[in-house]
Amino acid sequence: MDLGPQIVLASLDGAVTAAVLALTALGLSLVFGVMRVVNVAHGEFFMLGAMIAWFVASAIGGHPALGFVAALVIAPLLVGGLAASADWLIIKRLDYEPEATIVATIGLLYILQQGALITFGPVAQAVEAPFNHRIEIPWFEGSNVGWGLFTTSYKLFVIGAALTILLGVWLLLSRTKTGLLMRATQLDRETAQAFGIPVEKVYALTFGFGAAIAALAAVLIVPIQQADYLMGGDPLLLSFIVVIIGGLGSLRGTLIAALLIGMSDGIISVFFTPTLAKIIATLVVAMVLVFRPQGLFGAKAQ
Amino acid sequence: MRADRALALHLAVIALLFGLQYVLSPYHQGNLARIMVLATYATGYNILFGYTGLLSLGHALFFAAGMYGAGMSMRYLDFPALAAFPAGIIAATLLAAMIGALALRTTGVAFMIVTLMFAQAGYLTLLYFNEYTRGDEGFVIPQADRAIGLIDLSADDTRFIAAWAIFSVGLLIALAIVRSKAGRVLVAIRENEERTRMLGFNPFPYKLGAVTASGAFAGTAGAAYALLFGSVGASFAAIQYSIEPLLFVLLGGAGVVLGPLVGSVLMFYLIDYAREVTTAYLIVVGIALVLLILFARKGILGSLRRRSDGWLP
Repeated sequence: MDLGPQIVLASLDGAVTAAVLALTALGLSLVFGVMRVVNVAHGEFFMLGAMIAWFVASAIGGHPALGFVAALVIAPLLVGGLAASADWLIIKRLDYEPEATIVATIGLLYILQQGALITFGPVAQAVEAPFNHRIEIPWFEGSNVGWGLFTTSYKLFVIGAALTILLGVWLLLSRTKTGLLMRATQLDRETAQAFGIPVEKVYALTFGFGAAIAALAAVLIVPIQQADYLMGGDPLLLSFIVVIIGGLGSLRGTLIAALLIGMSDGIISVFFTPTLAKIIATLVVAMVLVFRPQGLFGAKAQ
Repeated sequence: MRADRALALHLAVIALLFGLQYVLSPYHQGNLARIMVLATYATGYNILFGYTGLLSLGHALFFAAGMYGAGMSMRYLDFPALAAFPAGIIAATLLAAMIGALALRTTGVAFMIVTLMFAQAGYLTLLYFNEYTRGDEGFVIPQADRAIGLIDLSADDTRFIAAWAIFSVGLLIALAIVRSKAGRVLVAIRENEERTRMLGFNPFPYKLGAVTASGAFAGTAGAAYALLFGSVGASFAAIQYSIEPLLFVLLGGAGVVLGPLVGSVLMFYLIDYAREVTTAYLIVVGIALVLLILFARKGILGSLRRRSDGWLP
């Protein structure tokens, strides 16, 4: 195949990656923004979302759409509830102290990952997409119109669904009372507390909400990818990259960076091996933190 | 008098470890050799985390640098074991000084993430050059090469003595560092960096020294692991091996010279036991981390020291 069509396909896949990555990273960014907590276990909440999606889908059976819709509801609720209780039981007791929280979430990472191994087993599981029509993409080569390229309706649905959820999160943050409480807590924890905002409850809610978004992203991607207990590593690394490049705690920066990295991840992997792309990305992130800690799009240093 | 008491205790521990080889079964003797190598790694990590208050999540990079520095120089440059060992240490020390100079521009959480990212990049680089490093699978150093002159390092008893010697030297160096004037500056930086600066000390060279020294310890342990146990692999650069020394130090007691040894022994056997019960044995690591950070931040020896009027260095 020529390079042209290959890049068209790569950017379509890149858009799917970017959409899911934007959701996952948004969860991490929200938790960091509001709570100043770096959640190293974030990737494991993603993994749990995928595993629960598989479990629900295979338990319900019947048409794949039934299981998928059930998973869309159940996975974020379960994972969000689990995360909120982890916050209540562990992170609250550490008084949200940044370094101690990182150590605790590393512990949580192992507990969730190995817990999933015990509960769901080591085998990678596939989930059937609720619908999967083949969509041909016209491709012009000289005067000929070729129909060699195709994508699937499900991939387009993932992009659309992710955009809808992102819009929903934005509305929640900017238009509802819950969002107002979260933003107030983010701005100034002490003043918020003085005004009677139950800061600890807002934190637990935020932590649960961040994990639930990651789980939702995982439910969306699992019919394209497979689910296994070790799958949390990549989304964690990529979310970290996105959140750091976009500027810690800046939601707009997070979205731009997710688009940039998701798209380029697809396109770069046409030219480089995925490992080399990851090496470059991790080094860039380290250098950004060293030389420009506010991120490439962040306003100014804290 | 107080200083002598501390030195006597450490020499007694070293003597006890030496004596254990005559008591333990071959299985436990092999375990203890491995534990002493890992404890050397953790003892160096303690200088950085316990005494200087810098939490690195990337020390596996230096462990792996020591391991590959020794392993690659034997495999591709035909170094004898006696030359490969310092080659590994030098590789790790230089790398630690370089990474330290960059990472120390950041503090707190950013320092943790930067070290994590550098180590991840190093791990991925080892995977990328799979052809030479053999990736996660790793390669084996032939038994014939693992010898210094006529001393075969792969035999049970010589291996134990080699691991014991390396750990003992490491422990005494760590003791000397933390009791020196520079060691007191490290503690001052941990307690309050700004105040240390106001007292006229520039914290940066001390912090860089702590990163480099802990990197040298990690590299020594990595090179020793390659020579004594014969295996070299990229998996030793993975995040899990950066968490391990943190866990050992937290359990044994951060900021106590003997803490890492106690932590290494307990955690090694805890993981070993869990491995027999379940394939998901790493869950022990997770539970231990959460419990320690929640309820016992001072670790075992740290709590003990508080009760014993604080003479333990």
